[in-house]
Amino acid sequence: MFEIKDLKASIEEKDILNGLSLTIKPGEIHAIMGPNGSGKSTLAKVISGHPDFEDPEGDIKLDGKDILDLEPDERANEGVFLAFQYPVDIPGVNNSEFLRMAYNAKQKYQNQPEIDPFDFESLIKEKLTVLNMKEAFLSRPVNHGFSGGEKKRNEILQMLMLDPRVVILDETDSGLDIDSLKQVSDAINHFKSENKMILIITHYQRLLNHIVPDTVHIMADGKITKSGDKSLALTLEDQGYDAFKDNQS
Amino acid sequence: MSLKEFSDIANKEYEYGFKTDIKTELIEKGLNEDIVRKISAKNNEPDFILEFRLKAYKHWLTMEEPDWALLDYPEIDYQALHYYAAPEKPKEKLKSMDDVDPELKRTFEKLGIPLNEQKKLANVAVDAIFDSVSVATTYKEKLMKHGVIFCPFSEAVEKYPELIKKYMGSVVPHTDNYFAALNSAVFTEGSFVYIPKDTICPMELSTYFRINAEQTGQFERTLIICEENSYVSYLEGCTAPKFDTNQLHAAIVELVALDNAEIKYSTVQNWYAGDPKTGKGGIYNFVTKRGKCLGKKSKISWTQIETGSAITWKYPSCMLIGDDSIGEFFSVALTNHHQQADTGTKMVHIGKNTKSTIVSKGISVGKSVNTYRGKVQMNKSAKESENFTQCDSMLIGDECSANTFPYIDVRNASSNLGHEAATVKVSEEQLFYCQQRGISLEDALTTIVNGFCADVFKELPTEFAVEATQLLSLKLENTVG
Repeated sequence: MFEIKDLKASIEEKDILNGLSLTIKPGEIHAIMGPNGSGKSTLAKVISGHPDFEDPEGDIKLDGKDILDLEPDERANEGVFLAFQYPVDIPGVNNSEFLRMAYNAKQKYQNQPEIDPFDFESLIKEKLTVLNMKEAFLSRPVNHGFSGGEKKRNEILQMLMLDPRVVILDETDSGLDIDSLKQVSDAINHFKSENKMILIITHYQRLLNHIVPDTVHIMADGKITKSGDKSLALTLEDQGYDAFKDNQS
Repeated sequence: MSLKEFSDIANKEYEYGFKTDIKTELIEKGLNEDIVRKISAKNNEPDFILEFRLKAYKHWLTMEEPDWALLDYPEIDYQALHYYAAPEKPKEKLKSMDDVDPELKRTFEKLGIPLNEQKKLANVAVDAIFDSVSVATTYKEKLMKHGVIFCPFSEAVEKYPELIKKYMGSVVPHTDNYFAALNSAVFTEGSFVYIPKDTICPMELSTYFRINAEQTGQFERTLIICEENSYVSYLEGCTAPKFDTNQLHAAIVELVALDNAEIKYSTVQNWYAGDPKTGKGGIYNFVTKRGKCLGKKSKISWTQIETGSAITWKYPSCMLIGDDSIGEFFSVALTNHHQQADTGTKMVHIGKNTKSTIVSKGISVGKSVNTYRGKVQMNKSAKESENFTQCDSMLIGDECSANTFPYIDVRNASSNLGHEAATVKVSEEQLFYCQQRGISLEDALTTIVNGFCADVFKELPTEFAVEATQLLSLKLENTVG
C-alpha cells in the first residue's frame, strides 16, 4: 500500500502542495490529471525527495514505512521509481554501466550480492526485447544525444530493470509518437502486476486508452479536487478543467 | 543534502601521507656552487655532467622566477632547502633486490609498488625512486634481452655517456626556463629509457617517485629515446608524506622520437596537496616536460591525471619537427580544497602535415583554482598541419574557479585549427537523477565526473585506468553533503 496523507510542500515560500492525500493499493493504477501549474510534477518530485522542496509536511508511507525523511537514493532503493518528464543527460557515462550501478545499489541496500555480469546481460537483453529496443542503445551515454522518444523509453527500460514497487510516470506520454506510445504502454502493462502500484501523471486522456487506470484524480491548486473511475478522464477531455474548478468533492 | 552545502568539505585523509623512518644522508641546506659540486661528487659524475650543472647554475642566477601563471604562493626561499637527500646505504653496491633496505621495500609495498621478484607487478617494469636516489629497478635483465635500456639516470651517465651527451638538454635546454635551469644545476636521479631501432618495448615501463625527507627538493630528470620504428609506453606515479612545510619538486622530462617511433607517456600525479582546511604544506610542482618528434611520422602522446600538489605548474609539450609527426595531450586536472593548478600544453608545428590533438578536462572543487593554459603554434614551414583542441572545465560548488587561456599562433595559410571549449556545472538535476535510481550522492558525483573525463581515461594504459578512476573517486570523497 502506498499512502500519501495531507502532503504540503512549498518552494521559495510559495505553497505548491496544499494537503494532498492519495492511497494506492497493490495492483492498482491511478492517474492524476490537472492543468498546468496545478502541482502535478511537484507531487512527483516531493514523493521522490527532490532537494528543491525542503521539509515537506505530511506523510508518505510505503507498506506502512514512512519514507518522507529518507534520502532520494534510499527512497529509490525502498522501491519508489520516478520516470522523469525530462530525463537528464550524463555525458560520458555508458547506459548499461549506469544501469548496473543502479541495480547493484539496490542489491547492496537489500544486503544482496552484486549481480553477476553475465546474469545482468541476459536480464537487460530480455527487457530490451519487451521495449523493442536495440542493444546498441546500451553502449550510448545516458540520455546524451537521445531523441525525446528514446529518453522516455530509456526511463521505462530502467523501470523494468530496477523492478520497483511504486512507479510514478511523469508525463511519460509527452514527446512520444503513436508507435512509441504503444510500445511504452505495452511495456507498462507488461510490468503491471498484483503487487505494483502505478501513478500516472498526464495532461491527456490518450495514454489512458492504452493503460487503463482504476482511479482518476483531478488536481487543482495543490490538491485533489475530484476522484472517479476511468470515465472521469473522458468527461474531462470533453468538458475541460474549468468544469471541475469549483466542484470539489 | 544539496549542492548548496558543498562548502562543507570534509578532510579525507591523504592515504600516502606516512613518512618512512630511515636514516637519511643530506647535503646541508642552501644552494651555491659548492653545493652543486657536492651533489656531483655524491654521484661520482664525469666532468661533462659537472660542467653542465655549473653552466646551468650560473645561468639560473641570472634568471627570475616566472610570475605569469595564475598561481598564488609565498616566495620560495631556495636557500632553505636541501638539494640532496638519500637513504643511507651500505658502501658496497646492491647486487640484487634482496639487498634493498627492507624498510624501503615496505614503503613501496605500502604504496602498491612491490619490488620483490615474486610480488612485482606483472608486465610492468618499475624504477622506484626515493628522494634523490633510485632504490630498485625491476625486470632490467628481461628488458636488456630486447636491447631496451631502463635504468636510473645516474647509471646511464656511467654506462652510456655518449647517449647522455647527445640527448641531455637537447629537448629542454638548461636556459629554457627558471625551473629547468634549477633542475639542470641540482638534478639527482630520474629514469633513463632507450628503445633501440625496430623494437616494441615488451612491457610498460614505470617510474615511481617518492619524496620522503622534509624540506627537500626533488629534482629528477627523465630521458626517453625511441629509435626508428620503436615504441614504448611509460608511466610515472608520485606521492609524498604530509608535512606542514612545502616540498619543492622541479623535474625535467625529455622525450625524443625518431622516424616512425612512438612514445606514450602517462602520469598519475598524486603528490601531497597540503592540509585540506588550512592549505598548509603540500608539494610545489614545477615541471618542464617536452617531447621532440624529430623523425618522420613520429608520435608523442602525453596523458596526465593531475590530482595532487598544492601548486601545479606544468605544460607537457610537443615539438613536431618531422614531417607527418603527431603530438597528443590528454589531461585531467582535478583540484580540491586550496589546490592551485596552472597546466596545459604547447604544440609547436614545424614539419609539414603535422597533427596535434589536445583534450583537457579541468575539475575544480572546494576553494581551488584550476587553469588551462595552452599554445598551438604553426610555423610557416608547417604546411597543411592540423590541430584540434577541446578544453572543458567542470565546477563543483561555488567557491572554486576555472580559467582557460588558449593561445593560437598560425603563420601559414594551409593549416587547420579547431577549438572547442565548454564549462559545465554539475547540476542538482544530474545528481538527483542518479539518486532517484538508487545511487548514493557520492557515487553519483564520481560517476558524473568520471563520465566527464572518459575521453582522457580511455587513453591511459589499462593497468592504470582503473587506478585513475579510483583515485578520482577518493579525491572526491566527502565533497558533497
